[in-house]
Amino acid sequence: MTSTPIRTEQASGAFAARLRVFVNRRASWIPVFAALAILIAMFVGAQLYFGNFLTPRLVSSLLLDNAYLLILAVGMTFVILTGGIDLSVGSVLAFTGIMCARLLSEGVPTGVVIPIMILSGAGIGLLIAVLVQFFDVQPFIASLAGMFLARGLAFVVSLSSIKVEDPAILWLQSTRFQVGGWYITPTGIIALLVVLAAALVLQFTRFGRTIYAIGGNEQSARLMGLPVVRTKILAYVISGTCAGLAGVVFAAYTGSGYPLNGVGTELDTIAAVVIGGTLLTGGSGYVLGSMIGVFVYGTIKGVISFLGAEQSWTRITIGVLLLIFVVVQRFIITRSRRR
Amino acid sequence: MKRVVKHRLFWPIAALVALVAVNTISRPAFLSVTVQDGQFYGSVIDILRNSAPLMLVALGMTIVISTRGIDLSVGALMAVSGAVSLTIIEASPDPENLGVVLVAIGAGVLTTLFLGAWNGFLVAVLGIQPIIATLVLMLAGRGIALLVTGGFITTINSTPYQFMAQGSVFGLPFAFYVSIAAVAIVALVERRTALGVLTEAVGINPEASRLAGVRSRGIVWGAYAASGVLAGFAGILYSSNIMAADANAAGLYIELDAILAVVLGGTSLAGGKFSLAGTVIGVFTIQTLKSTITFLGVPPAVSPVFMAAVVIVVVLVQSRRVREGFARIGKALSRTPSQTRPDAEVAS
Repeated sequence: MTSTPIRTEQASGAFAARLRVFVNRRASWIPVFAALAILIAMFVGAQLYFGNFLTPRLVSSLLLDNAYLLILAVGMTFVILTGGIDLSVGSVLAFTGIMCARLLSEGVPTGVVIPIMILSGAGIGLLIAVLVQFFDVQPFIASLAGMFLARGLAFVVSLSSIKVEDPAILWLQSTRFQVGGWYITPTGIIALLVVLAAALVLQFTRFGRTIYAIGGNEQSARLMGLPVVRTKILAYVISGTCAGLAGVVFAAYTGSGYPLNGVGTELDTIAAVVIGGTLLTGGSGYVLGSMIGVFVYGTIKGVISFLGAEQSWTRITIGVLLLIFVVVQRFIITRSRRR
Repeated sequence: MKRVVKHRLFWPIAALVALVAVNTISRPAFLSVTVQDGQFYGSVIDILRNSAPLMLVALGMTIVISTRGIDLSVGALMAVSGAVSLTIIEASPDPENLGVVLVAIGAGVLTTLFLGAWNGFLVAVLGIQPIIATLVLMLAGRGIALLVTGGFITTINSTPYQFMAQGSVFGLPFAFYVSIAAVAIVALVERRTALGVLTEAVGINPEASRLAGVRSRGIVWGAYAASGVLAGFAGILYSSNIMAADANAAGLYIELDAILAVVLGGTSLAGGKFSLAGTVIGVFTIQTLKSTITFLGVPPAVSPVFMAAVVIVVVLVQSRRVREGFARIGKALSRTPSQTRPDAEVAS
């Protein structure tokens, strides 16, 4: 009785089925494309409205101004992919930045300072990871402790801002490799290299695939014999390392260290990652998406300063965008669950 | 003795008592209360007064956490309610009028009620993760507050408004009565009706409670709305204390303090059973800790290090692994063979 309708459906729906398979297989890329579409729409809209928005100088400065955020977002993507969260990144950025400035002002060579900064970021990441993994502390609370710790340590290092005068650090920011009107700074190159490395690691290494497996279902990953403990710890360490590196980049960007730097940056980072299509439940998302998310964030900031509107609109716009994306993601998840 | 140690509020109370003891030893004047013009003065009174906003926020947070949620937006909501009320008072021709002040407070709290209900809508109806659903308002809320105040710090002169945070009744700060009233109301509603049990049921197992006929959607929604209202009152207390609406500083990081207070009080972040008494103790612990840090001459900026240390110690004490370790040591010491695993129920 039911066989005939099914057969006709199969025959007529061959193309539709293939499309469905494609969409199913690429379902996790859809939010990334959505973010890209929004970014392009914003570019086009701003260009039509202002007429002089899409200049090489402005687009180049997008990468320059958001290099630190990009590095933070890459680290955050690793943690969120495992289903965790890292609230400490903004404070770690402040701590490593001010520590960097302090050590340099006391005459420690740059070649020693930068590794120390990156390692201390990794150390705080490790602390959070140990709390999460061995003591079953929720990532939210564990990274909250890391956040308090790093912020306090930043104030221990110095209560006021310290100027960075080291030529090597300033070189990172002031050098511009120019092609026509386009330019890129070493900080921008570092950020892009971090994105590239992270994308390759997540896509093609066992470690990267384990991250996705844990985010998909930690229990299954464990039963499959994947090194869950090691991978989760590494994810937080990577986030801490990225935050340490971002601290150096931020110190170069602002030419100083200041213990109140990066207040609220962890939220901007999380927002950028979510806008870039990474699911907060873990297991789905891409570093490239996070990069687009960061650019969306930067473009909103640029548009608002072009409009001469108050910067409070940045936060509101980001909040609204975040909302739209989360609701869209929600529908994608419910749809894929129903299948 | 064993029953005392086993009580779920033993460790929170022990931490508070230890803090008070440390304070009393290092400055004997800590517990002393002096009377001046019929008003009590002293460190303890200050703690009671200053803990009021955190108390309100933490109460709401307890209910929300009990439903397996979290509300990150409370600090931003505080900024919004302060901004709305102060803008209304500033615009009115007669800021000293009690009626104007009451209308302003009502408007501020209604606004946060609406925003809290919005959070609840996102979580309960759309099913968005609580962290993200409330992150939206956490980001946008301060922007809204800045728009309300036009980007400035609104300052006012209004005696009735000032009274809320700085006035006192029967010698005790009025803000303290506000927090007592809030605790009493929340406790009555949650513990003298079935609502508290239903909330815990939703937090322990949403699916099972739904199948058992609990209307979890309404309960979760209500929890966020209540958290919004309480945050609104907290924002009014805060702005009354400084008589200004500072959209950037009002309630900054209070969500973290509130979550910490709830966790200190023994309520699990995983949802389910909650303890209002524990939250009250947690709030006083945090406020005492802050007062201690200030007293010890530590620059307030460095105080996060102490907070970090406390958070780490507390979560370690609560973690199963450390408790198992303690239990093992205790067993080895007492050498009493027991079949029951004491840690099994403690860890729940």
